[in-house]
Amino acid sequence: MAVVKKFSAIKKIQKHLLGIQNLSIQEANHILDEAKNFIKLNRSASKKLDLLRGKTQINLFFEPSTRTQSSFELAGKRLGADVMTMNVGNSSLKKGETILDTAMSLNAMHPDIIVVRHQDSGAPNLLSQKVNCTVINAGDGLREHPTQALLDALTIINRKGKIEGLKIAICGDILHSRVARSNIYLLNMLGAEVNVIAPKTLLPNSISKLGVKGFTNMREGLASCDIVMMLRLQNERMTGSFLPSKREYYEYFGLTPDKLKLAKKDALIMHPGPMNRGVEIDTKLADDINVSLVKEQVELGVAVRMACLKLYCK
Amino acid sequence: MKEKYFINARIIDPSQGIDEIGGLIVDANGKIKAAGKKVNKENIPTKSEKIDLKSKVLIPGIVDMKVFVGEPGFEYKENFRSLSNAALSGGVTSVVSMPNTSPAIDNVSMVDFILRRGRDKSGINIFPAATLTRNMEGKLMTEFGLLSKKGIIGFTDATKTIQNSEIMSRIMNYASDLDVLVMQHPEDQELSKGRCISEGEISTRLGLQGIPDIAEKIIIERDLSLLGEYPCRYHISQLSSAKSVEVIKKYKKEGIKFSAGVSINNLSLNENDIGDFKTFMKVSPPLRKEDDRKALIKGIKDGYIDVIVSDHKPEDEESKRLPFAQAAEGSIGIETLLSLALELYHNQSLPLKKIIETITCNPARILKINKGNLKKGSDADLCIFDLNEPWKVDVSKLKSKSKNAAIENRKLQGKVLMTYLKGESVFSLQ
Repeated sequence: MAVVKKFSAIKKIQKHLLGIQNLSIQEANHILDEAKNFIKLNRSASKKLDLLRGKTQINLFFEPSTRTQSSFELAGKRLGADVMTMNVGNSSLKKGETILDTAMSLNAMHPDIIVVRHQDSGAPNLLSQKVNCTVINAGDGLREHPTQALLDALTIINRKGKIEGLKIAICGDILHSRVARSNIYLLNMLGAEVNVIAPKTLLPNSISKLGVKGFTNMREGLASCDIVMMLRLQNERMTGSFLPSKREYYEYFGLTPDKLKLAKKDALIMHPGPMNRGVEIDTKLADDINVSLVKEQVELGVAVRMACLKLYCK
Repeated sequence: MKEKYFINARIIDPSQGIDEIGGLIVDANGKIKAAGKKVNKENIPTKSEKIDLKSKVLIPGIVDMKVFVGEPGFEYKENFRSLSNAALSGGVTSVVSMPNTSPAIDNVSMVDFILRRGRDKSGINIFPAATLTRNMEGKLMTEFGLLSKKGIIGFTDATKTIQNSEIMSRIMNYASDLDVLVMQHPEDQELSKGRCISEGEISTRLGLQGIPDIAEKIIIERDLSLLGEYPCRYHISQLSSAKSVEVIKKYKKEGIKFSAGVSINNLSLNENDIGDFKTFMKVSPPLRKEDDRKALIKGIKDGYIDVIVSDHKPEDEESKRLPFAQAAEGSIGIETLLSLALELYHNQSLPLKKIIETITCNPARILKINKGNLKKGSDADLCIFDLNEPWKVDVSKLKSKSKNAAIENRKLQGKVLMTYLKGESVFSLQ
C-alpha cells in the first residue's frame, strides 16, 4: 500500500488537457488507471460521487455533438459537479462575438473547468491562454480529440489487456480526422504498431512523419491486425471531389466480413460514431457483439471523462 | 537650405559599386553633390558644419516595394502618418503602397486621393500601385494608361492572383504596349482556398489545412510561359519555396526577362516558428520549411531574386486574436526591415552589399525611379545605421499603429541612427 502511495505522489498532471501531443506517457497511464476505477462504478446501482462537489463545469460547444457532449455532462454530474452546457454555435457567435469574448464572460462566472469543442484547430489552446480555469479539449478542428483517444485506448486495454505490441489499423478519412490524429499519438506512445488506411486524397502526404505506416490498399493494411478502427466518412467529401461516390468508397474502404478475415482471427472493430452503415462499415458487422466494440466505447467514454475531470479539476 | 557635409562614413552604394570610407555632400537643393572617398576633410570648406559619422554606414534611403498603408478604409490599422514614422525610423524613404484598400485603388479619382494624402500626411516618397483588375476581382482590367499618367507606379492585385490565364495573357499583352509594371502575387487560389501555413508535417500536426508549394509554382510557371509570348515588365511580388526558385532559375536561363521579390519574413523565419498557433506568424505566402528558406537566400545570392520587401501588413489586435484559421494574414515589418536583413549578414548568409542592393537600387531599377542610389544629382534620401548595435524588438516601441510583428522580442544586431529625405533630417535615434 505504501508503495502505491509513493508512486501516486509523483504522478503530476498539467493544467490543461489540450491534446495527446502535449501529454506524457505517465499522464496518459495515470488517466487510464484512474478511469478503470470508474468502469465498475458506472455499472453499479448507485453511480453518484461527491468528488467534485462545489465545482462548476461548463461545456462550451461551438460545434454540434451528441455523444461527447452528453458523455462529459454525465461524467461531471456523476462526480457531483454543477454542470452547465452551452451550445454557442447558434447564439453568440451569430451576434458576432468572438470565442475569446465568450470565454471571458464565462470566466467571470468562476468555473473550475471548461470543456470546449470548436471547429477551428487550436481554439482550445487560445482559450487556455486567456481563462483562469482548466480547459479540456473535446475536439478542435482537425487537430485533436484527446478524450476519444483515451477512451479508445481504455476499451482496447479492457478487452486485450494491453496496448503494447498490438497492431492497430485506423481506416477512413485520416486527412480530416482529429480522432485519427489523437489515436495515432496515443497508440504510438503506448507501444502499438499503427497502420492508417485511406484513399490517397484523404491521406496526408506527411503521415509517415507521425510514426505510422500509410496504406491505400485496405487488404494490405489490415493484414494481421488486432484492432480495426473505422472512421466516419463525412458526406461533404463527395462534393469536394475527394471521392467519386459512396459506393466506390465502400467497395475499396468499407469494412466487410470478407476484408475483416485478413486481420487476426480475434480482431475487434471500433468506431467513434456516428456510423454510416453501408458506407464505411457493413451493417451486420457493426452490430455483431462478438467483434464490435462500439457500445463499449460509448460506455467507457463516461469513465474516461470522469477520470479526466477528477484529475484536471483542482 | 545650407549645404551639408557628412564625413567619416562607410559609404555603400551598390548602384555605383561603392563600398568605401568617405563622405557625402548635399547641396542647397537637397541633391547629392558628391559621395565617396573623394569627399574628406581636406576638400570641403573648413568652416562649414560637418557631420562626423564615425565609421557608421551610409546607404541610399531604402526602397520598399510592398507596403500596406491602410488608407482608405483601414485607418484604424495604419495611416500615412504612422506608416511614415515607422518607415523613417527603419531608414525607408520610398515605398510602393498596395492598392487593396477599401475602396480599392482601381480608378483615377482614387489616385488623386492617395497622392494628396501621401503628400500631406507622410514624410516619405509614396509610389502608389493600382489594382490590375477592377475591385481585384480578376476580371476587368483597370485603365493602365490613364492611371499611369496620374502617377501610378505599377499594377497588382496585392494579395490576390489573376487566376484566369486568358485574362492574364491579355493583361500582359496590353501592359507591354504601355510599358507598365505588372506585379503578381503568385498563388493558385483553388489550391490555397480555406488553407493557411505550409502543407507538411506541421500542418498535419496542428490540424490546419496546408497550402502546398505547388500552388505558387503553378502560377509562376504559367505566367513565365505567358511572358514568353507577351513580354512585358513583369515582377513576381514574393516567392516562398525552393521549387519556385528552381522555376525562375530555369526561365531566366532561357532568357525570359522578369524580376522577383521575397519577403524578409520568408528569409528569417520558417514554419517551426508558428509554434503553438502564433497568429503573428500567419503570413501570405506562408512560412515554409528551413530548406525553402535556405533556397530563397541562395536565390538572392545567385542573383535570381532581385528584391527584399518588408511586406508590411498592419493588422489590429481583433484580427489576430482569433483561432489561427480565422486570423488575418500579415505582419508589420517596415521598421525592422533593415535590421532583420542585417541578420543575414551577421550570420554569414549574404554579403552586406548584396543585402543593400536588394533594398535600394534593385527595386528602384524595377520601378524605373531615380531612387536607391547616391549618384550626383539624385535626391539626398539617406539612411545611416550602426552595423553592430544590438537591440530587442519591443513592439510597444514600434511606431506602426498595429503591433503584429512576427519578430516580436527577437534580438537583432544593427540599428538605423538617422534618416534624411531630400537632404533634410527626418529621423534621428534618441
